[in-house]
Amino acid sequence: MTKPVLEVTGLYKSYGALQVTRNVSLDLKPNEIHALIGPNGAGKSTLIGQIAGWITPDEGAVFLNGEDVTHESVASRSRKGLGRSFQVSSLAMEISARRNVMLSVQASQGSSFRFWKQTKSDAGLRDTAGSWLQKVGLGGREDIAVSELSHGERRQVEVACALALRPKALLLDEPMAGLGPAGSAQLTDFLEEIRREIPILLIEHDMDAVFRLADRITVLVSGEAILSGSVDDVRSSALVREAYLGEEA
Amino acid sequence: MQRTDAVPQPATLPGLNRETIVNGMVVAALLALPLWAFSVGEDYYVNLASLITIFAIAGVGLNFAIGQGGMVSFGHAAFFGIGGYTTGVAAFHSFEETLFIAAPLAVSGTNQMLLIWVVAMALCGIAALAIGAISLRTEGVYFIMITLAFAQMIYYFAISWPAYGGEDGLSIYLRNQLPVMNADHPFTFFSVCFVLLLGVIFISAHLSGSRFGAALGAARMNETRLATSGINPFPVKLTGFVISAMITGLAGALFAELNGFVGPSMLSWHRSGEIMVFVILGGVGRLYGPVVGAALFVLLETYIGEWTEHWQLLLGFALLGVVLFARGGVVGLIAGKPRHD
Repeated sequence: MTKPVLEVTGLYKSYGALQVTRNVSLDLKPNEIHALIGPNGAGKSTLIGQIAGWITPDEGAVFLNGEDVTHESVASRSRKGLGRSFQVSSLAMEISARRNVMLSVQASQGSSFRFWKQTKSDAGLRDTAGSWLQKVGLGGREDIAVSELSHGERRQVEVACALALRPKALLLDEPMAGLGPAGSAQLTDFLEEIRREIPILLIEHDMDAVFRLADRITVLVSGEAILSGSVDDVRSSALVREAYLGEEA
Repeated sequence: MQRTDAVPQPATLPGLNRETIVNGMVVAALLALPLWAFSVGEDYYVNLASLITIFAIAGVGLNFAIGQGGMVSFGHAAFFGIGGYTTGVAAFHSFEETLFIAAPLAVSGTNQMLLIWVVAMALCGIAALAIGAISLRTEGVYFIMITLAFAQMIYYFAISWPAYGGEDGLSIYLRNQLPVMNADHPFTFFSVCFVLLLGVIFISAHLSGSRFGAALGAARMNETRLATSGINPFPVKLTGFVISAMITGLAGALFAELNGFVGPSMLSWHRSGEIMVFVILGGVGRLYGPVVGAALFVLLETYIGEWTEHWQLLLGFALLGVVLFARGGVVGLIAGKPRHD
């Protein structure tokens, strides 16, 4: 059995009387796309928050490459190989796409406590960032301020930022949201391509994309993982149909 | 696309955009005033230029925290005052020929400015490390309030310390000394302040352009992005806060020399507000903004204050105008939006 790259065991999280995560365990193996689906309010965001490090779980643990990172900061998890994109792009809007990716590149190269050398004449830093942007299909758009880019392009910048850290696992939170059909198809192709290098935990509402991409699907309802299995398992499950796909299936 | 200037940039002078020209003119004006005053023997105006220069240094310090790091500190008077008191206390012990600390090791006063500056900046750095370590756990209006609270604590501490004048402050009877030159001479002292101002502006610009500066800027624009990129925002911001405090502390040390006096007013929250006014009036995040802001402040105070004590009403209108219509401050108004590469 292959060792999971990312593993979550027995997570619990409550806000007062409200249990938002109830005994959730899941893992992500090499070369795999594992989709996490669930209706609104199922606790997907809270779960993602705990995996990425913004929220500390009440119980349970998060392992990255076998290492317990439950109490590590967001930045430390990123450096250790957890790349992520956000539901609503989170970038520094005033500066260029390249400048955003350069932050990831400088983090991956080591310390940010370098006070003298100017980044604008640091060819290594600039070109590395540029090549990541080219890889996600933003060649020629590197030096445009992020605020001037479209939603789809911002998503691509975020993915470039994540890739620049040479992640071991990617956590993509609704990457298709706000993309048109063409953009969505393009991103699906791209994810197909990078999955061979980096496994992806995909949170997505676009069921076509999920069914096309995912090797495994975990269904989250009311904070609980009610089912984890193959695409066919999920499609044929009466439980899932009732709880989630009801109106769509 | 980012806004580009209507005037095409000559290819041979890539750095010479409108802001660079404005900056050059500001520096030239700041140098011209005391040069003229010196040539006609008007020491008063030389000292006025020194005051502007010193306030500008304080503003450059705060501007690094606000403009680069997004840390709106309302307590920078603490560092201005610590710088001032370092000068005052060192001079006091040097003049009285007493010891500052007797045991476990003897520390005497000194009248050497260079040494005083180093000590002042070091003390401000330590104070900022402590204040920042606590304050930077908060954000927004809470950060403003907690930095204010720390500054007020130091203010009341100074008031209740009778050995150094308490409420009355401390006079510096002889200006401290510099090697080679005569710091007592107004124009020499101005020149020293002027060189230091250019120095801190250069350092501030250089730090902003470094990897550290890129991280600090990202902490201002989007902390989530910075953390997700694998850089922990807290130590970056704390370092930025310490650097900012050290620069403002240097200004405090010079201010005490200029006035020959330190008092608790250097530490008061009015002073924090004034330093913030320099920054906002000139243009937050603009390299020479604090120079313009400090100059406008001092000139308004001097010339409008001459015929009405309500000169601050005018300052209020100026600030209102800047906040409402010119968010980039006066520099932004003249030079246009800042350019990013």
